[in-house]
Amino acid sequence: MTQLQERPLAIALDARLDAAGRAWLAAARYEVTNDEDAIARIFPAVGRHVGRGPLDATADRADVHAWTLDDAARTLLLVALGDGAAKELPLLYRHGDGAERRGVLRALAYLTLDDAVGVPLVEDALRTNDVRIVAAAMGPYAIEKLDDAAIEQAVLKCVFVGVPLDAIEGLPERVTPELSAMLARFVHERVAAGRTVPADVWPVIDRHPPTTELAEIEAELDQPVTERRLAAQAALSARAANQG
Amino acid sequence: MRIFDPHIHMTSRTTDDYEAMAAAGIELIVEPAFWLGQPRTNIGSFIDYFDGLIGWERFRAEQFGVSHHCTMGLNPKEANDEALAREVLALLPRYLAKDRVVAIGEIGFDSMTRAEEYAFQAQMELAVEHDLPALVHTPHRDKAYGTQRSIEIALASGISPDRVIIDHNNELTFQYVRDAGCWAGFTIYPETKMDEHRLVRIVAEHGMEKTIVNSAADWGRSDPLKVPRTVQALREADFSDADISTLVWDNPVAFFSQSGRLELTDEHGPADPSATFAGNSVLRGAREEG
Ligand SMILES: [Zn+2]
Repeated sequence: MTQLQERPLAIALDARLDAAGRAWLAAARYEVTNDEDAIARIFPAVGRHVGRGPLDATADRADVHAWTLDDAARTLLLVALGDGAAKELPLLYRHGDGAERRGVLRALAYLTLDDAVGVPLVEDALRTNDVRIVAAAMGPYAIEKLDDAAIEQAVLKCVFVGVPLDAIEGLPERVTPELSAMLARFVHERVAAGRTVPADVWPVIDRHPPTTELAEIEAELDQPVTERRLAAQAALSARAANQG
Repeated sequence: MRIFDPHIHMTSRTTDDYEAMAAAGIELIVEPAFWLGQPRTNIGSFIDYFDGLIGWERFRAEQFGVSHHCTMGLNPKEANDEALAREVLALLPRYLAKDRVVAIGEIGFDSMTRAEEYAFQAQMELAVEHDLPALVHTPHRDKAYGTQRSIEIALASGISPDRVIIDHNNELTFQYVRDAGCWAGFTIYPETKMDEHRLVRIVAEHGMEKTIVNSAADWGRSDPLKVPRTVQALREADFSDADISTLVWDNPVAFFSQSGRLELTDEHGPADPSATFAGNSVLRGAREEG
């Protein structure tokens, strides 16, 4: 695993904390370094001490990919756990609320972990319907660790629950011809129902343009049913805009 | 009018209920941990239930602009399975540390057994240790004695009476609660027990100090709109909006704020249900759309 370094995260977080938050976090990091068991008590309380706003002050609150202050602090605490993280992680996730689970998932790329510890957590998260958890699961760890079939299902899941694809780093390199075709079939299904299609599926589809599926979508332009025709027009013009 | 239902078991309710509650002005709720209508037989069932209260149920509520909080505890009925009860008591500290856990509860008596008393006392100690208020359920049978005994046990822990709600009161029990300096909860049920018109008579006579109203809606016959219906009954009885607001908002907010974990308006944004429901892209994820 190309493990990420926590320093840039620590700097970004430090800049956003007030004195009380900074002092609490420093004490908490020290405490978990010296007493692994303390994490069970400290981890749930993070948001109450460092806040829950966006780590990047300019981020859109509705952006499910944007890290929060508590995400960053939880990551730093798990890094501070060192080797203890492998033992605590499944428990923290298992007993965690949404924010704690998100924190665990965000931290994965920053930890030294056996795949047997980290991957099941990502798989569990991708089964939930909580968009913030699904988004947090789709980080660099999942992109590197999941096999092709799992990535394909994860991307479909994102599309179905409304997690934007364009902000998932490293996704373009993981797109298989099968995934392109799957998303094209999804587009066809939506168009045939006269429904809209999120524009961010197109870069994935056009990574390996699936001839048959694209022809089927284009054929919808000649549909006698107006809604289908209009849906096809809208979808294909989004494709053209993406290519342009 | 902002409405807070401080005792409602949403895990047992549908999204139609959430929709109707939000439309009726309910923007804040507390879901006490309780029993499921039949006993759980292993600790895993409790873990999954507690996880649901702080996870999925909170997420479900948010989709309707309802801010969900909960209390954690071992209910009196299941306290009688002593081996399992010990495991639950050992598990609780982990969940008492969570965000939006605003009290320990519901605890108290069902059949006044020794096992119930043991779990009640142990959990009052946890409340003190974790600096949380306590939500105490009173028994349906032998209610007067049960209420007095509940107050006695709760206060024996050393907790301040200001931090204790004794719930499901009637015209008789509530006097004991008030005399002890605890908060009195009134549960408005569809037919038997307390109804909104009796509640109006009680507050007309005794005032609203340290008094709260809830629906305690659950998997049984109950009505999640009982607090808004009580608002209506109070209006018809010519109570001012300010007085009504004291009862259905200020009072429960004041009580649960003592936990330091009540989130009123913040990034989770419950304040304006329509804004949250329509405007938040997070909400699209509620259900996989095919
Ligand atoms: Zn109840």
